[in-house]
Amino acid sequence: MSEPVIPAASDPGIAPAAEAVGIHKRFGSTRALAGVDLSLETGRCLGLVGRNGAGKSTLVSILSGLYPPDAGEVRLDGRPAPSLGDMAAWRGRIATVFQHSMVVPSLTVAENVFLGRPPSHGARGIGVVDWRRMREQTREVMAEWGFDVNADTACGNLTVEQRQVVEITRALAAGTRCLLLDEPTAALERGAAQRLFERIRQLQAQGVAILYISHHLEEVFEICTDVAVLRDGEMVLTAPLGEVTKDDLVAAMVGQKLLHAERPLVSPPAQPEPPVGAARSDHPALVVEGVTFASPGVFLGNVSLTIRGGERVGVTGLRGSGATTLARIVAGAATPDAGRVRLGDHVLRPGDRAGALRAGIGYIPEDRQADGFVPLLGAAENITMTVTDRLARGGFIGPRRREALAAPMARRLSLVSAGLGQPVRELSGGNQQKVTVARALASDPVLIVAITPTRGVDVASKELLLSELERVTSQTGASLLLATDELDDLVICDRVVVLVRGEIFTEFTEPPFDREALIAATEGLGAS
Amino acid sequence: MSETKDNLAALAADVESALARRRSRSAAAISWIREAALLPVLAVLLIVGAVLNSHFLTVSNMTGIGQQISALGVVVVGESLILLIGGLDLSLESTFGLAPMLAAWLLVPVAAAGNGMLLNPYLGIVILLAVGAAVGLVNGLLIVKGRLNGFIVTLGMTILLAGIQDGIVKGQAPFSLPTAFGYLGAAYIGSIPLSLIVTAVIFVGTGVFLRYHRLGRAIYAVGGNREAARAAGIKVDQVRIGVYVAGSILAAIGGLMEAGRVSSVAPTQGYGEGIIFSVFAAAVIGGVSLQGGRGNMVGAASGVILLGFVQNILDLENAPNYWIEAIDGGVILFALFLARVIGGEASAE
Repeated sequence: MSEPVIPAASDPGIAPAAEAVGIHKRFGSTRALAGVDLSLETGRCLGLVGRNGAGKSTLVSILSGLYPPDAGEVRLDGRPAPSLGDMAAWRGRIATVFQHSMVVPSLTVAENVFLGRPPSHGARGIGVVDWRRMREQTREVMAEWGFDVNADTACGNLTVEQRQVVEITRALAAGTRCLLLDEPTAALERGAAQRLFERIRQLQAQGVAILYISHHLEEVFEICTDVAVLRDGEMVLTAPLGEVTKDDLVAAMVGQKLLHAERPLVSPPAQPEPPVGAARSDHPALVVEGVTFASPGVFLGNVSLTIRGGERVGVTGLRGSGATTLARIVAGAATPDAGRVRLGDHVLRPGDRAGALRAGIGYIPEDRQADGFVPLLGAAENITMTVTDRLARGGFIGPRRREALAAPMARRLSLVSAGLGQPVRELSGGNQQKVTVARALASDPVLIVAITPTRGVDVASKELLLSELERVTSQTGASLLLATDELDDLVICDRVVVLVRGEIFTEFTEPPFDREALIAATEGLGAS
Repeated sequence: MSETKDNLAALAADVESALARRRSRSAAAISWIREAALLPVLAVLLIVGAVLNSHFLTVSNMTGIGQQISALGVVVVGESLILLIGGLDLSLESTFGLAPMLAAWLLVPVAAAGNGMLLNPYLGIVILLAVGAAVGLVNGLLIVKGRLNGFIVTLGMTILLAGIQDGIVKGQAPFSLPTAFGYLGAAYIGSIPLSLIVTAVIFVGTGVFLRYHRLGRAIYAVGGNREAARAAGIKVDQVRIGVYVAGSILAAIGGLMEAGRVSSVAPTQGYGEGIIFSVFAAAVIGGVSLQGGRGNMVGAASGVILLGFVQNILDLENAPNYWIEAIDGGVILFALFLARVIGGEASAE
């Protein structure tokens, strides 16, 4: 691990604002961090990058005092960190602005800034809140750092950007001079992000140490002084930004592997199936026209996309890029602000999942726990949930008919269960996902919308799920819209569309796809 | 060229922050309106009552209403506190009955349906408060530390306590309560009932505490965003348990008032009368959110007064007995709807 060459470090008199030494952390059998060192110097901004699952969140949680490391030590201002129970002491030394808002919406800005430690009249023991002093001090801190949010507004009425300012102010008011920002721009629009960068530069100029976690390399290059790369729980690169290029960072994040080198296509259509070309012409094309969507955290700007019958298209991008939202809109699980989706000549009603299902769109949702299955019902019942109208006789469904339909699908996906009546809650994550996929396929869709279908699934099940999607689409001529940030999933696609900040950035049309090129594209680099 | 761009960006930022300032000002005005959402409704009820019956606006009728609703009011304060931390407590109605019942049973002679111990009435009041505290503590521990569902815990507790209330007196109602024990519910200061004064003090005191005490603010923080409160170093579990205890003690005090007012403790006091529905109705009509974190004592008080007015107008107008509950329910729904219309999206939820 090369120590960053930075001016502050050369001065032995000044201890780093925060320091992690040899941090190890496991969760069950998963190794989250293995011997990570990290040092935050006053007046520097360290960018922390790495792919999903590299250990960034774990490291942030440990530095914030949310849970202890298995081994290693956190030091603040050169002294050992306070005990985990003493939240107040931690907050005075190091503070984190998490991705999810930590403000209390019903309270005012001033109260949120002094949350848990409001200034009191007279003796502190009596605890009578001094509202005037609280407002004044809030205004003072805001003014000192050049922030502008009204101290008396209820936080529920603030924009996402303003709430973030409140959280930063809270940290500064507690005396913290060490800030961890966890993907702070994820929920911000471009203008707001620029203003955040100005604030960060200003904080840095006044001697605050900042850890900036981001998925966006261009942001790191814009505001950070140093960069650290985590991969599989190890710190693989630490350097001042002037000494590395974007390519270095991408290479460090990915390792050496290439996408096509990792996994050969599982089941090339070897069997004499109906000729693919013929099947393709059968089904109507999906046409997405000018879809626009805006909500905190996600934005889609006028996206248009056509998927021909039988075509398998991957849509990928970083979190917040809009890839999953686009898929949800197509499936009728989200309502766009503008634009329309049609399947052939049939214009789908926005946000009408049942209508989309009738039109022939099968849907594998992102969060299977929430939307994928009913945990207390059996596997067969879950699988056939989309086709009850077809199964029912006079409104009644016999268990035998149900199982007869579910059994072949369960067999093809090698569903491991103690019988198809077993509640899905009792199945493993991989098998739960198989149920979710089978449910989407049961309705014989002409278009399958799948969102991260292999997340949290073991390698063997992953292969099975992907090859089943591949098999079904080539046999039935159904098309596939696969939204995922797991690049490995994209091997089954004919074409990959990369979204960056809600717009189509580039397209890859020639499989096999180059992993590094894909990652660079998701970062918004190297337009082809 | 790029300079112009920068200027434009700066201008856009200025405009945006000006707009934001404007928004926050109007938002502040809206939140004030929300706090006072029920005042116009109360005014309308006053006018309606006065028009329907000339007796309505007299001092004696108003103080009568005051005495009738003060016991309910104290329980509403307790429930509001619990709602503010994002909890709920059905068992307040049983504490409202059991606490005075146990105390009265230990105070009065066997002939008056007591157990004949004839305890000192002041000791009786201490016992009453202790029962409240104990019930609240058990509820709080089960819900917060035991991580049980608050609805079911307090539902079970409601039935358990009501059963004990009935069981210790075998369905009888202890009467001839000692003067000191009934004083709070029965005494008058001049022409104003003491219970009304005490209830008003409790409302104002709690309101001030919620607004100006760090613990009061912590209650809002815990109910508004528990994680944020915990990360800010607020002792979330202690606050929640403490609020359950405080709520139950207030319910016991409300029960003491009711016992004094009717100078006996009926086995049906509380649970048997189903007062918890009025308690929730008053709190929610008054803008205390069932989701936690939002509401105040001005609203809760107006909710209680509104229910009192409606009840009184129905009584004065000799509303047909068999229909009184239906009318009552209809009025509650209508008031809820009005509160939503006046208070906007976030109210009456």
